[in-house]
Amino acid sequence: MYGKGILKGLGVTWKRFWDTYLEDISWMVRGKKRYYTEEGVKHRASKDQRGIFTVQYPDEKLILPEEARYIPFLVYNGQADGKREILCTSCGICAKVCPPQCIWIVRSNDPTTGRPIPEPTEFFIDADICMNCGFCAEYCPFDAIKMDHDFEIASYSRNVYNMEKLLKSSEYYKSIRPLNYAREEAARKAEEEAKKAKAAAKAATEAAAQSPTPPAESPAAPAA
Amino acid sequence: MTAPAPASTLTLRPAQGNAVDLVARFPNIVSADARTGFSGFIVEKDSLVEVATAIRNEFGFDLLTAVTGVDYLPENKMEVVYHAYRITGGPGLVFKVQVPRVDPVEVPSLIDLWPGVDLQEREAWDLMGIKFTGHPDLRRILMWEGFEGHPMRKDWKEGFYEEDTKPFKSRWPDGQFYMAEDKNPFKDNLTFPQNFDPEKWIPEGDALLYGALARYTVKQADGMSTDRIVINMGPHHPSTHGVFRAVMTLDGETIAGLKPVLGYLHRNHDKIGERNTYLLNMPFTDRLDYFNSMTNNFGYAITVEKLMNIPVAERAEYIRIIVSEMTRVQNHLIFIGTLLNDLGAMYTPSLYAFEERELILDIFEAISGARMMCNYFRFGGVVRDIPDDVMQKIKGLVHERLPAKTDEMERFLSENEILVSRMKGVKMISADDAIRYSVTGPVLRAAGVPYDIRRADPYGIYDRFDFDVAVRHNGDLMDNYLIRIDEIRQSLRILEQAIKQIPQGPINSQKPVYQVRVPAGEAYGRIESPKGELGFYVVSNGKPNPWRYHVRPASFVNLTALEKISVGNKIADFVAILAMFDIVMGECDR
Repeated sequence: MYGKGILKGLGVTWKRFWDTYLEDISWMVRGKKRYYTEEGVKHRASKDQRGIFTVQYPDEKLILPEEARYIPFLVYNGQADGKREILCTSCGICAKVCPPQCIWIVRSNDPTTGRPIPEPTEFFIDADICMNCGFCAEYCPFDAIKMDHDFEIASYSRNVYNMEKLLKSSEYYKSIRPLNYAREEAARKAEEEAKKAKAAAKAATEAAAQSPTPPAESPAAPAA
Repeated sequence: MTAPAPASTLTLRPAQGNAVDLVARFPNIVSADARTGFSGFIVEKDSLVEVATAIRNEFGFDLLTAVTGVDYLPENKMEVVYHAYRITGGPGLVFKVQVPRVDPVEVPSLIDLWPGVDLQEREAWDLMGIKFTGHPDLRRILMWEGFEGHPMRKDWKEGFYEEDTKPFKSRWPDGQFYMAEDKNPFKDNLTFPQNFDPEKWIPEGDALLYGALARYTVKQADGMSTDRIVINMGPHHPSTHGVFRAVMTLDGETIAGLKPVLGYLHRNHDKIGERNTYLLNMPFTDRLDYFNSMTNNFGYAITVEKLMNIPVAERAEYIRIIVSEMTRVQNHLIFIGTLLNDLGAMYTPSLYAFEERELILDIFEAISGARMMCNYFRFGGVVRDIPDDVMQKIKGLVHERLPAKTDEMERFLSENEILVSRMKGVKMISADDAIRYSVTGPVLRAAGVPYDIRRADPYGIYDRFDFDVAVRHNGDLMDNYLIRIDEIRQSLRILEQAIKQIPQGPINSQKPVYQVRVPAGEAYGRIESPKGELGFYVVSNGKPNPWRYHVRPASFVNLTALEKISVGNKIADFVAILAMFDIVMGECDR
């Protein structure tokens, strides 16, 4: 019969049309909200989704996975006196590994000796050129630069971020990437433990081998 | 580990051994390439056509996939590199021609042997300044008609030129930010021809272009002369999948001549690639064929791994297969959606396709961090492991949802009478022509040639999986549509096996370093991307940046056959024919 294939195809559309309402009713019967709730959005982005697929942005937003990456930011540790401990040592690896070369770092110099000290004076990221590849965060040896989740950065002018704009607290980092943060914290703790153990062992051997020498100095902050 | 699958009747086995000794055949004119890290044969320029004829007719290398040039500036010579393969599978044959570096370099064209070199020779002329004598239509293809110089030559510098290689020194340690356009006014680094005034310039290219088409006025047998109409389709036409332009002459409704016009999205990816270090190229490859960034990564990764001669971690091998096959599934779904868009079924089919694609992209986002620009592969493995919860999602998709949705797609469209009458019997290309025109991918297989690089010249661990090479024999548009559905099914088969077999373990065999050491040499890596053969030709001189980085894109080379297919067909069918190539201009124009 000519037209059978068309009818078959229309059947698919017909079924899809009613699926939305059937699904709505089933959620209603179960006393759950399908729209504007996290559960509903999650379900609509899962393999069990039937019927309507869309998410009403910006009223609803898809839940970003932890690894989602957008423009990088710099991490600082908030301290009790309100000061910020910037983790960046301005080693320049992120600038070297940036494919579109959109990271600009001014390294600090000691005002008296003129020698470089491990912290940045200025840090620019040209967010319009940034291609969100994530290399800077991946290769940073100090976990000082991380990829953000904030993708709503539309503006009326060029987005050149300076250090003030880039700095975000480690609390924020923990909130967007809890698993990564926990893993890095654990690694850092383990490293510190190992260092302490090593220093203690060294001190012990030295003490055993020699007459009283002061124990080895506690490990210095990681040098650049 | 399972043994390689028994090949079905349609499946090709890679040819065994069978080394080609060109030097013995042509003792005086061919020599083996003896440079360390290089392979293949160097052919005397004047005997190129003779040797190439023997390569095709005697040795049976009937598929010439890649033609490109290399500029050896320090040695003051230029080289044209050809990669030929047998359609029955097996390793390829590389032959090269070396000529002194003058402007322009002249090399005989192979277009009579392999018409598929057409666009690639035009590209080499445009970008490298290699003049292929005997080519009937050697015009610029990617750059604009009034362009001065040949940008892929090593001594050519682009606008906003900073340094030869990245990283640029101005970024660190004294990285005072400036905008490139402030520092580098438009006039610098940009050479115009002498006496050139952009205000008064009228493109000559158009006259050449229309001249390359058939004559406008035709004398008919009864003495009446009829005019042919020139139609420009694109660059801004909804059916051209981006900024593709086809200039046609029409005889009534029949296409009498056609020339593709490309380059509207050209950004000289190859030149950017030579400025970059090896690792930095990885995110740039994402942007070639932006639907399939995972397979683009795959192609580049295996090429550089070939050069570095490093193994890939076992678990990463499986992850690579999983992500590339999921890429293939979503690409073919989108193909079906856009095809129906082009045929006039606006939106409903394409949005149905986009639903499945969304779910696959959700998985890519969870493992790589980005939906489209994944940047997921690293040399020796991948960047991040697939967590268990994401693996569960993949399983749910592969075992439950995608097979059901593929069936639904077929129920939805495959028997639709309007679609069938539109596509059935409209001839795409014959098997012989497809091979001569270097067509690869689904279009070649729909023409009846079961040539799939995953089987013909396996890369990664594809030799461990049991799957059939999808092939259809009518070579019409309907077959080109159906083969996509066949391939989705085969990809799901591979996915099921890969998910079952994936071992635990590290995901990278190398230390995560940002500056990889690549020994001097050359490598051509190719993969079966969803659109055809995606090749990367990389020449290293031992420095941190590749000396030559060339992409052999599937959609670009497939377009060579567009003229051949379209001439004689109706203009209304042209839209469907173009849709069958599934071109993505990001890859085509680079």
